Amino acid sequence: MTESLGVVCGNATETQAVAGAIAPLLEPGDVILLDGDLGAGKTTFTQGLARALGVTEVVTSPTFILTRIYPTTSGFDLVHVDVYRLERLSEVVDLALPELLDEGAVAVIEWGQRAVPALAPDFLQVRFALLDDEGERQLSFGTVGPRWLARRADLAAVLPRPARSGPP
Amino acid sequence: MTTILAIETSCDETAAAVVEDGRLVRSSVVSSQVDAHARFGGVVPEVAGRAHLDILTPVVTEAMAQAGVTGSDLDAVAATIGPGLIGSLLVGVSAAKAYSLAWGIPFVGVNHLEGHLHAVFFEDPDLALPAAVLLVSGGHTMLIEMVEVGRYRLLGQTIDDAAGEAFDKVARFLGLGYPGGPAIDRLSSEGDPNAVAFPRGLRGEGYDFSFSGLKTSVINHVRRNPELATADVAASFQEAVVDVLVEKTRRAAAQVGARSICIGGGVAANSALRERIVKAAHEDGLKALIPSRSMCTDNAAMVGATAWYRLGLDGPTPLDAAADPNLRLRLDP
Repeated sequence: MTESLGVVCGNATETQAVAGAIAPLLEPGDVILLDGDLGAGKTTFTQGLARALGVTEVVTSPTFILTRIYPTTSGFDLVHVDVYRLERLSEVVDLALPELLDEGAVAVIEWGQRAVPALAPDFLQVRFALLDDEGERQLSFGTVGPRWLARRADLAAVLPRPARSGPP
Repeated sequence: MTTILAIETSCDETAAAVVEDGRLVRSSVVSSQVDAHARFGGVVPEVAGRAHLDILTPVVTEAMAQAGVTGSDLDAVAATIGPGLIGSLLVGVSAAKAYSLAWGIPFVGVNHLEGHLHAVFFEDPDLALPAAVLLVSGGHTMLIEMVEVGRYRLLGQTIDDAAGEAFDKVARFLGLGYPGGPAIDRLSSEGDPNAVAFPRGLRGEGYDFSFSGLKTSVINHVRRNPELATADVAASFQEAVVDVLVEKTRRAAAQVGARSICIGGGVAANSALRERIVKAAHEDGLKALIPSRSMCTDNAAMVGATAWYRLGLDGPTPLDAAADPNLRLRLDP
């Protein structure tokens, strides 16, 4: 993975705004992995992304149902996946994510690091770190593979400039 | 008399039931109750449609044996058609269609959520309507007005995590294991529900729910105060969830002029929620309908009850109807 790009978000609204800024860059077949502790903002990020893609229904956590599919106004479906409950790689394989991507969906996978062995090495990885109890989070963006390498400069351009100092 | 074989494979449970006229449960088998389960290495059918596939035939056989019926005694075969995980749904739907063809009886596809709503009729076939129904599970948290049988109005739902998911995630964080709901329920009885004043998300605001902030608050609080007794944390967390669920259900019941308050879904098996709902209904002069715990969690009997109703109203479901992982509950406008 290339060096990551970082941004600090002060609250849920800012996390959603960052996700929304990335939405216009998305192409059918894209995969975004979200990793970070419970409560770090993964579902919040997905909500911001979905809203920017024109999803009007409420985006809720897919932990139990594992995947939820939302039609967007961008010409592709948004597949919201959570592999938190899955303990075996075979269970991740059973989600048939490559098939959904082949059909032109965009997949956002919470706890995505666990799904990496079941995916093509071509994705955007977002890591969430809680900086304090007040809700400040560091989001680090790493790109893996050719799809996102080609859009790395675009990604850097849409991310907000760090508005405050945080850990590197 | 209409005898229906019903199958439920939308999530973790592989279940089959035989139900008569939508109200009499002749048998209701859930995978964990079947000896065959052990033979398949104790695999809990999580994601793997394969796990459902391994265990479905023994579960159906057991349900029919317990009910004392054969294929020729059945009038229809039903399966949950959504929402759920596609691989899991497909196993139940495909099996039901195959039985339908083999036995020459109608197939009925059932919405899992409507199934939970119909579970209340096992308790009281003449339920006084309208009813305010709180549907709380790992995947859903909805407040619904049952205007009449088959007519539903959505009053509110979670805007982030489902209540059952909050239970499971907090339980895992506290090291209580899975499933988290029963673990927190048990431990809470030994703790002080007022030990920590955790936030009550969206309290007093409309009928939507939010449990994500509560989950984060519990995690932060325990990290800052590692000396806290786990039982007190569990009890205080449970109190925060139950407070909001009961308060909103009660307010919704008053607003729609409900005659009954009902609960359903896996979280409806929680002791504190059951007690508090009964108490609230009593205070407000309403009837409380609290299904038995086995009818709150996922089961096929509720699918059979719904299928009986839908068969009478809509007729059989075409055999080319597909399982729909995103199936929504059909709501009143």
